[in-house]
Amino acid sequence: MGPVTYRTYHQVTGEDRSRAGVQVKAQHDRVTERLEAVRRVVAVMSGKGGVGKSYVTSWLARAAAATVRVGVLDADLRSPTVARLLGAKGPLRVAESGVEPSIAADGIAVFSTDLLLDEGQPLRWRSSVGAPFVWRGVLEAGALREFLSDVAWGSLDLLLVDLPPGGDCVTDLYQLVPSLAGILAVTIPSDEAQHSVARSLRAAQGSDTPILGVIENMSGYRCPGCAGVQPLFAGAAGQTLADEFAVPLLARLPFRPLGDGPGPEALAPAIRAVLGKA
Amino acid sequence: MAFEDRQAPGDGTFAASYLCPDCGRRMALLANPTETQLLGSLGVEVGGRAVDPQPMELVRQTLAGRDDAFVEDAPGRPRWDVRSEERLGRVPGFVRGMVKKIYVEWAAERGIKVITPEVMDEARADLGLEGM
Repeated sequence: MGPVTYRTYHQVTGEDRSRAGVQVKAQHDRVTERLEAVRRVVAVMSGKGGVGKSYVTSWLARAAAATVRVGVLDADLRSPTVARLLGAKGPLRVAESGVEPSIAADGIAVFSTDLLLDEGQPLRWRSSVGAPFVWRGVLEAGALREFLSDVAWGSLDLLLVDLPPGGDCVTDLYQLVPSLAGILAVTIPSDEAQHSVARSLRAAQGSDTPILGVIENMSGYRCPGCAGVQPLFAGAAGQTLADEFAVPLLARLPFRPLGDGPGPEALAPAIRAVLGKA
Repeated sequence: MAFEDRQAPGDGTFAASYLCPDCGRRMALLANPTETQLLGSLGVEVGGRAVDPQPMELVRQTLAGRDDAFVEDAPGRPRWDVRSEERLGRVPGFVRGMVKKIYVEWAAERGIKVITPEVMDEARADLGLEGM
């Protein structure tokens, strides 16, 4: 018997009978349709955990909600905190139009895996019969897609997406939301944070999404006695990043031990940036 | 090749059969549990979907979360008899609401007032549902 040859996939004519590609496109189309009524989608990212990104996201959401309609999607599936910070609670109502988000303080629409998990339980996926291994990355990407397409966000002026640490997540989000309006980067003053956030911003630059600016959190600590501000960390990561990427340093926020937000004037430049009014 | 049929025998594997319109030969695509799970994780069905996607169906089927995370909104719908409620109770809690909605909508479209196990069997056969 001589050598066997095969036609390749692209040599087989006719329609793709598996229709898998059609279904994947339909999934992405549903994201686009759902977000048509959302004026701006802005991603909030950092290079590392512990910089207070979710706190900053919740402060921005509350400040913006004073004048516009705001939603927050907590895309940090494994370490969700936004629902708790904004006082969002379940259960979530499933209607014909989709899953209704939780309406939290100040009328902010919120969706987070924190609303789906038992208290203190980690994110886990069910393995199917005969396959104890779970395709976690694929499932998490699918979950993010459904959070965008199947939550009935309604008509919003601003949807903030609180991303997990790292820059790859921006690329994943951009593939689902090509109309992504911009990225806001959160850092703390330390050199270590600066290097980590810079690496993530370079990764995010591959998505062609504009970097709206940098927010430096925990810039210092305000003494309750004399109101003087002392540094918590050595370094000036916020300004260094703003200079390197030619974007504005939108805010330098002092450490707030109670987690309450800064005054609206401290966030005004950042609010203007995320609303496209800078 | 024309897609003919797909089967999930309940052991975590998957089979799809295709028919050549020219010579009539049939071919099967067999997927092992890991491959089957990958397909499921993408939220697609080989050959096309039998039922329109339900809101957040991937998350509700696969996330090990709270049983009471979601509540269905379906007023004025066909009711369930005791036997079918018991059968529905064997469906994992996290996805039970979605499964219930599929049966309710199928029954409502046909003017069926009471969902019995026989109605469930008929719906399953009509929609090509497995394991539900």
